[in-house]
Amino acid sequence: MLRRIRQSVVALLAALVPAFALAQVEVSFFYPVAVGGPITKIIDGMAADFEKENPGVKVRPIYSGSYQESIAKALTAVKSGDPPVMSILLSTDMYTLIDEDAIVPFSDLLRSPDDQAWVKGFYPGFMENSQTGGKVWGIPFQRSTIVLYYNKELFKEAGLDPNRPPQTWKEQVEYAQKLTRRDASGKVTQWGMQIPSSGFPYWLFQALAIQAGQNLMNDAGTEVYYDRPAVVEALQYWVDLGKTHKVHPEGIVEWGTTPRDFFERKVAMVWTTTGNLTNVKNNAKFDFGVAMLPAGKQRGSPTGGGNFYLFKKSTPAQREAALKFIRWATQPARAAQWGIDTGYVAVSPAAFETPVMKQYVAGFAPAAVARDQLPYAKAELSTHDNQRVTKALNDGLQAALTGTKSPADAMRDAQREAERLLRPYKR
Amino acid sequence: MTRTRQWLYAWLLLAPAMSLLALFTHYPAVANLWHSFYSTPKGARPAVWVGADNYVQLAEDPIFWKALVNNFGYALGTIPASIALALLMAMWVHGKVAGRGFLRLAYFTPTILPMIAVANIWLFFYTPEYGLLEQFTKGLGFASHNWLGSQSTALACLMLVTVWKEAGFFMIFYLAALQSMSPHLAEAAAIEGASRWYFFRRVTFPLLMPVTLFVLVNAVINAFRLVDHIVVMTRGGPDNATALLLYYIYEIGFRFWDSAYAAALTMVLLVILGLAALFQFVVLEKRTHYQ
Amino acid sequence: MNATTHVYEPRGVARAVETGAAWLLGVLWVLPLVYAFWTAFHPGEYSTRFVLTAPLTLDNFVKAWHAAPFARYFVNTMALVTMVLAAQLVLVTLAAYAFARFEFPGRNVLFALVLVQLMIMPDVLIVENYRTMAALGIKDTILAIGLPYMASAFGIFLLRQTFKTIPRELDEAARVEGCSPLQVLWKVYVPLARPTYVAYALVSVSYHWNNFLWPLIITNSVETRPVTVGLQVFSATDQGIDWSIITAATILSVAPLLVAFLLFQRQFVASFMRAGIR
Repeated sequence: MLRRIRQSVVALLAALVPAFALAQVEVSFFYPVAVGGPITKIIDGMAADFEKENPGVKVRPIYSGSYQESIAKALTAVKSGDPPVMSILLSTDMYTLIDEDAIVPFSDLLRSPDDQAWVKGFYPGFMENSQTGGKVWGIPFQRSTIVLYYNKELFKEAGLDPNRPPQTWKEQVEYAQKLTRRDASGKVTQWGMQIPSSGFPYWLFQALAIQAGQNLMNDAGTEVYYDRPAVVEALQYWVDLGKTHKVHPEGIVEWGTTPRDFFERKVAMVWTTTGNLTNVKNNAKFDFGVAMLPAGKQRGSPTGGGNFYLFKKSTPAQREAALKFIRWATQPARAAQWGIDTGYVAVSPAAFETPVMKQYVAGFAPAAVARDQLPYAKAELSTHDNQRVTKALNDGLQAALTGTKSPADAMRDAQREAERLLRPYKR
Repeated sequence: MTRTRQWLYAWLLLAPAMSLLALFTHYPAVANLWHSFYSTPKGARPAVWVGADNYVQLAEDPIFWKALVNNFGYALGTIPASIALALLMAMWVHGKVAGRGFLRLAYFTPTILPMIAVANIWLFFYTPEYGLLEQFTKGLGFASHNWLGSQSTALACLMLVTVWKEAGFFMIFYLAALQSMSPHLAEAAAIEGASRWYFFRRVTFPLLMPVTLFVLVNAVINAFRLVDHIVVMTRGGPDNATALLLYYIYEIGFRFWDSAYAAALTMVLLVILGLAALFQFVVLEKRTHYQ
Repeated sequence: MNATTHVYEPRGVARAVETGAAWLLGVLWVLPLVYAFWTAFHPGEYSTRFVLTAPLTLDNFVKAWHAAPFARYFVNTMALVTMVLAAQLVLVTLAAYAFARFEFPGRNVLFALVLVQLMIMPDVLIVENYRTMAALGIKDTILAIGLPYMASAFGIFLLRQTFKTIPRELDEAARVEGCSPLQVLWKVYVPLARPTYVAYALVSVSYHWNNFLWPLIITNSVETRPVTVGLQVFSATDQGIDWSIITAATILSVAPLLVAFLLFQRQFVASFMRAGIR
């Protein structure tokens, strides 16, 4: 009897030990919340589902605030020697993380042809910001682009076809002129359009620059092209919307209040992130449309949003487990559901082929606009010393938009400052 | 108690407070100077001695100069206004104005609210088109204005928030002083036939001088210390029009993670505060009777 | 606070004008708060329209409460404020006692070193203090938020003034009865300085409840973040601002202090006054 008990105890222990040993692999990761909705709940749910399917791995998501705070936290953690295994951070943080020697490329882990195929499965527009020097440093997860939201009712009132949004820069101005309303004394009661310029004006401006035919930086993240003629022309267009055409509020347009301005019918067309889709859907008390950004010389928008990164200070087992989780989280069905739940753009063409996504798009056409625009999407502005090089541009843009500098002067000054900052990284 | 025992006793009493002060006030002030001569460590590269490099960078940094000019403008704009208003408020709620209780409460309430919270409310106040301020000015027939989005008005808007927040706080000090003033002074002056304004100018105001100087020093410190509303309302924009020194330090130190340059910037702030301290020591201690 | 019958009270038209001006200022001063209450208690579409018949709702509060862990933030702030105050009271009392009633070499120098903190407050030493916290390995803890403020020069100064006004005879009488210096401190000085303690406590609590920049820098998790930082994290979404919910969250975060203030406003005002007279 005693022997039997002892045997069963041993058997029980034997069964438990491997589970314990496996449970040692803990994958912690920081994630930001940048859009509304129950993101925290969704992420926690993902972690739980993954753990159910992979009993050897414990996934510990740590909410880390906004993107800004998340990168700050991640760098702090790296410096104090206790970083998470991975993190979701802005795709533009790549060079910063490399310079801080904080992350390792995924390339080294992707050995099998299956792995290779997985990486190739993402939209190329999203991968532009995820690799440099021939290596993959980030895996797209919560990505977005800029689209145009417009108020169909105001279109009708202005005699415009609510199902035909502006296609070109010229049309955009013409539409905006029709959509701008003034009262008897000449004061504007409704603006034709607005492009927000607080917080991160560079991102919205980048769309204009790409449309004018010039992206803002090289692939190595060591050069910027702020003072190229096409870029100045793009800024001139933006400034003219307010100054010359008077269809866009002058001065700085607040990013945070732009959706609200749209809901309040204070503006008929706004540029903002696809990540706002759910917000607009829930709060606009009128029929609205979503469209690709109008074309200058060409169509275009920068991508935006967050990638997965893998931190250097992790064990091989943790890296494998992290990769497993990332692959699991970006598989088509998951990516599709994540896109539907949050408004982010699903990261692979395969995700748009899933039944659940097809059904969603059929019922809610705007969801496909971002996808259709992706072939024109380019990498978001990202360089070494990214925050400062970007600030130089932001300051220049704001100076031009508030009228203290001409577009050409503003971009020349920004270029000079950026070149000073980037000098150490040019070899 | 013998003398040495008393010394020992006193030092033991002081030890906890002094060691914390040394660790978090004296040491950082000195270490900050030291670190401002080093580079910022990055990745595998450790910090190295760079001499005055950070200060050269500072001298050539237009944003630093802008922040400095902004900060002095901000101080000049907010300090006299909040002190004058504080004095006015104190006179009113000290007198027999109708609804004194409510007024005192109204003036003082901003003091106890977190700047960060009220900045959110003010942000809405200033929203173009449909913010409260806009609804008001539009009602009066003015054209719409982008208050926080124009370089010409953004800093003034933040200054207004500061005055709103601080005037009630300073009022309290004036009120305390007014209440401790003898009413006989006024009676005597009235018998002499002094006018109200004359009495204020020649008696009340000079008697309040110590309070004014105390409030002044506090206001100067606050003008260089309090940047919470900038984080919420403008983040230094547009084009650094509302960047103040401490905000710029925060940005450099904790958003760009350039701790060496942030240390050099902090030195400038410390020098300014040191000068304010010197002013207090020389002028205040001489002209007023504290203790 | 007796209203002194002042011979220079304004009369007639001047009185009306001044009363009007005082009220105009008063109304302006409460306007932001009134406005926040309006927006927080009404549905979103009324946040910019002021219609008296607008329906009242608590929805915004419910949404705000669920959108961010405010309960946790409150716990953090409470812990922070309590911890800082407790430490301050002990440290400040001991130091003030030494400065007020002991003769020892270096007293003036040490006191001057204390006063340095009145000018150079921890608020401006963020870069170095951050470095120190990292070295101590206590970043992102509530302790780290409070530590730089625990030895308060303001408190030492204030209490030293109070202790100095206490007659030495009381002190000596207690010593004759055989009390040690610490017992004297506890039995004579502390009870007599009670009003100063109350005043200091109120000032300290409202200061640390409202403090923002340093906690923003040193904390990075829900478990440590005080309510001011929590509010900022909550309001700074990239998605756009929903005023109704933000004002609701704002009111939530100031509510405890505001209620305490309205209930004990006399003590508050008196305390701030007392703390200011030095």
